[in-house]
Amino acid sequence: MSVFALLVAREARLLCRRPAELANPLVFFAIVIALFPLAVGPEAGLLQTLSPGLVWVAALLSVLLSLDGLFRSDFEDGSLEQWVLSPHPLPLLVLAKVLAHWVFSGLALVLLAPLLAMMLGLPVECLPVLLLSLLLGTPVLSLLGAVGAALTVGLKRGGLLLALLILPLYIPVLILGSGALQAALMGLPASGYLLWLGSLTALAVTLTPFAIAAGLKISVGE
Amino acid sequence: MTSPLLEAIALACERDLRLLFEHLELRIAAGDMVQVSGPNGSGKTSLLRLLAGLMQPTAGVVRLNGKPLDEQRRELARNLIWIGHAAGIKDVLSAEENLSWLCALHRPASRDAIWQALAAVGLKGFEDVPCHTLSAGQQRRVALARLYLPGPPLWILDEPFTALDTQGVAQLEKHLARHCEQGGSVVLTTHHTLAHTPAGYRELDLSRWPA
Repeated sequence: MSVFALLVAREARLLCRRPAELANPLVFFAIVIALFPLAVGPEAGLLQTLSPGLVWVAALLSVLLSLDGLFRSDFEDGSLEQWVLSPHPLPLLVLAKVLAHWVFSGLALVLLAPLLAMMLGLPVECLPVLLLSLLLGTPVLSLLGAVGAALTVGLKRGGLLLALLILPLYIPVLILGSGALQAALMGLPASGYLLWLGSLTALAVTLTPFAIAAGLKISVGE
Repeated sequence: MTSPLLEAIALACERDLRLLFEHLELRIAAGDMVQVSGPNGSGKTSLLRLLAGLMQPTAGVVRLNGKPLDEQRRELARNLIWIGHAAGIKDVLSAEENLSWLCALHRPASRDAIWQALAAVGLKGFEDVPCHTLSAGQQRRVALARLYLPGPPLWILDEPFTALDTQGVAQLEKHLARHCEQGGSVVLTTHHTLAHTPAGYRELDLSRWPA
């Protein structure tokens, strides 16, 4: 288990020494949300109705943006070869990698979201549901995206392919996440959506590491 | 030390619809040093990757101690040090951070042992320096420092002498020869003629296996 903690610490150190990689998705998230009032007009009622969808689509795109390079530097400098050849199970190592990535990019996004949602006129009562839905949903986005990142890491221009592969898989998370928020906005209980999201999270945490590891093995073996 | 016996039987490798070699036979026992040579593009790196289990052969099989490689990944991991052309060194981490992570990943080593290994490759005083400020040769030395830690018997090294100065090359050659004399095995690719070779030295010329 110690190698898991060491890998998380190492990834954290790597991310802290390249802060631009952390900041980019967050800035992207903030700008996309800030663009919508400019495009659809400042009408408060309309923005409030749109806000669940806007926040979720922006979160989804910024997670996807941050995932393109998830394994790229490890692939290019030969780290992945060392992972594949280590005695530790590869799914465990990739889970640590994605977890570290989520703590630094996904969690920051979750914390930034209430501010931006209030900017769109989302009532304060809805913020707990917003936070919970993102907290449960963004790990799924990171883990599913990592499967695509693992498969496309060996390609020169994998970015667009990654989006084409992964965006359809994001649909259930998007529906449940924004559904929970819409329910909260209308004063209805959102727990059903959140429970579904939670079960997706549990499934993703347990199953995707194996898919990511298999994808990386294919990419390294090319 | 268990003697690793790596065998390649009727090995064939195809890259991009081009057959690099076929019917290749190779046995590596304790004390052996095999230098894989051949012109550029003759499949030296591919052969090393096949032997390390990073790639699947087009035909044939690689065996470790008589059993196919796929069935004993963990056994292989315990017996093997692989240093590829890209050696898994992170630019933004220091020499010590890089080496201690590689050790944690493969075989834990004490902090003292890591500092000694770095001193052995001539990086005393550079332990805390981020690797992107080191020269290419010094970065290579960080990767090679793994060979100075107590570790597995089988070493597969792809172009280990790249970017090293003459003193570094001579030191590494002696170290590899000593490892073989102590019962280890080395498979490496390089274009230069080795000055120090152990008793079990052989050359495998891939141009003799034209497809």
